[in-house]
Order: sequence, then C-alpha cells, then structure tokens
Amino acid sequence: MLGSDLVMYEEEFKQIDAELQRLLTQANAKVVFLVDKNGQLIAATGETENLDTTSLASLTAGNIAATGGMAKLLGEKEFSILFHEGARDNIHISIIGQRVILVVIFDQRSSLGLVRLRVKKSAEALGSIFNLLLQKVEGGKGAGKAGDSPFAEITDEDIDKLFG
Amino acid sequence: MSFINYSSREINCKIVYYGPGLCGKTTNLQYIYKKTNPDSKGKMISLATETERTLFFDFLPLALGEIRGFKTRFHLYTVPGQVFYDASRKLILKGVDGVVFVADSQIERMEANIESVENLRINLAEQGYNLDAMPYVVQYNKRDLPNVVPLGEMKKALNPRPVPDFEAVAMDGTGVFDTLKAIAKLVIMELKKGQEG
Repeated sequence: MLGSDLVMYEEEFKQIDAELQRLLTQANAKVVFLVDKNGQLIAATGETENLDTTSLASLTAGNIAATGGMAKLLGEKEFSILFHEGARDNIHISIIGQRVILVVIFDQRSSLGLVRLRVKKSAEALGSIFNLLLQKVEGGKGAGKAGDSPFAEITDEDIDKLFG
Repeated sequence: MSFINYSSREINCKIVYYGPGLCGKTTNLQYIYKKTNPDSKGKMISLATETERTLFFDFLPLALGEIRGFKTRFHLYTVPGQVFYDASRKLILKGVDGVVFVADSQIERMEANIESVENLRINLAEQGYNLDAMPYVVQYNKRDLPNVVPLGEMKKALNPRPVPDFEAVAMDGTGVFDTLKAIAKLVIMELKKGQEG
C-alpha cells in the first residue's frame, strides 16, 4: 500500500503542541490546528471549545485537495498557501512539507502579514519535527514496536464489541 | 492511510462509499447518522447541490468505542456519483483505508454500476492502490424495488473476487450496518497486518 500510516507518539505530540501554542501567541491568533492531508486532525490549540474541529479538519483537507487539483491543471505543483477572508474571522491555510496542513484562524486582533510571518517560522520547526517522526515510524516498524501495538492481539470479538 | 495517535490513544481510519449517481451512498450515511448515539457521532457534512446531488463529498465522523484502550474513529466519506465529477472523486480516495461499493440493483442501472466499479479501480490505481488487495465490500442497494437484477447476476458482474457483500435497502436501513461492520472489520484487520509487517 502507498506510503506509511501516520503514527504519532507522545514525545513528538508534545513538541508539536508546544510549537502550535507558540504560534498561537506570537501570531495573536484565535485557533491554530494541524491536519494531515487525508483530513485527520493531528493537534489543535486556542479557542477550540465551541469549534467543530473534526469537521473543520475534513473540510480543510478537502479544500487543499481541490486547490491541489486546480494547481495540477495549471501545471503548478501545489498552491502552498490559501487565505479565506470573512467579516469577522479569517483563515490562513498552508501546507508543510507536502504532508500536513497548518491552519490559523484569526480576527482583527491580528493581521495577515503577522500571521504569514509567524507561520513561516513555525513551518520550519514543524517540518523538522515531522521529518524526525517519519524516520522514527519507518525505523520502528516491525522491530520491537509490535509489542506496543494495539492491533497485535486484536480478535474478531474485539471488533464485534465495537458495534455493541 | 490510518492515523494512529499514541499520545491521545486514538485510531482514525477513512472509509469511502463509492458508486454510480443516485445509488444511495448519501442515504447510507444518513441512516448511520440517524441511528447512532449522539455521543459517538460528529456533525454530518454534506457538500451538495440544491437538488441534493452530492457536489464534493459527505462526511460523517463516527466514534465506535475502544479496542485495547484505543479509541477507534471512522471517518465515512461519500463521493459524488455523477460521471462528470471524476476529478472530485479522485481527491476523496486519497488516503482511503477501505471502500464500500454501493450498487443500484435496478436493471437499468446495471451498466452504470459496471462503469463505476471500473472507474473506482482506475482511480485507486492512480493513487497506488489495488482494489483486489485492499479492504473492500459490496452492497446491493434498493432490493425492495420491483425491477431488480437477480442477486446471482449482480454478484457475478460486480463482485468476482469475491469480497463480503450485502443486500440492502438503505432508505429503511436494511443491510446498512452489516455493510459498515464488515468494512470496519476488514480495515482493522488490515491495520493489524500492517503493524506486524
């Protein structure tokens, strides 16, 4: 099957979360979150209590996928930044390392210029965290890690139980 | 491509409902949405036209409880069935873990079914997937209608491998959860294989 599944470990999750919080503060944003290109929410920080982050994640990925399709038709590799302007809130979306999507929601307390600047800095930091994570996942597969895998001992019964 | 998060102890998988226009993909999701405990589902999102034809996709996040201490979440998507939305269909197949093919049992839709399976095979191959080697189930929908193709014939035309298949009437829910359960099982078993490898 194509590529490898995305796996997240405690250590990297903490690093990512810290970086997102830094970005949230420095960019004066309302919400910052990270989605993988298939629409799975990886991490979110800020005023997320009343926000449907799961749906936002899926729609963001759909948005990026559609824009990517447009890019291909124009002979571009990708459009790496998208920006949606609203009456109150704005959304800044950028692709990091061709694999994950960084979303920043902000209002009039911040500005597009500031968000762009801070996103650029965070993108580098997040990019290297993900590179290390991928190496770890590739290296760990099959060797030693199998013991920790929640799937190793899965039975039909476990799956039947899911449906009650 | 599933997402296993050891930090929040979650497993996320993506399942796509595929099939020709008006075969009942969205109806499957709507029934699942209606019958699921409010605690375990998110909002269902439908990007549809005013006439309720799916434009881009429907999306339904579903939390199914825990396996070995890991919360399992399935993200269900449908594709737009109409032939000319092929570009959108390709996008939605990105990172898919399992596919449900919903066939329309009516005689006059048989050709559309066959065309749609072929289209699925091609679009998957473009993403590097092989339909014959991935979690896949087939649903024969609209079995309540008078002008349906006999089951044996449908199996022969649409499910040669064969994979698990189900008769359904998505409108009243017949076969909907059997189908979902079967694909969920195959996806989790595939994950297990992947982890061992």
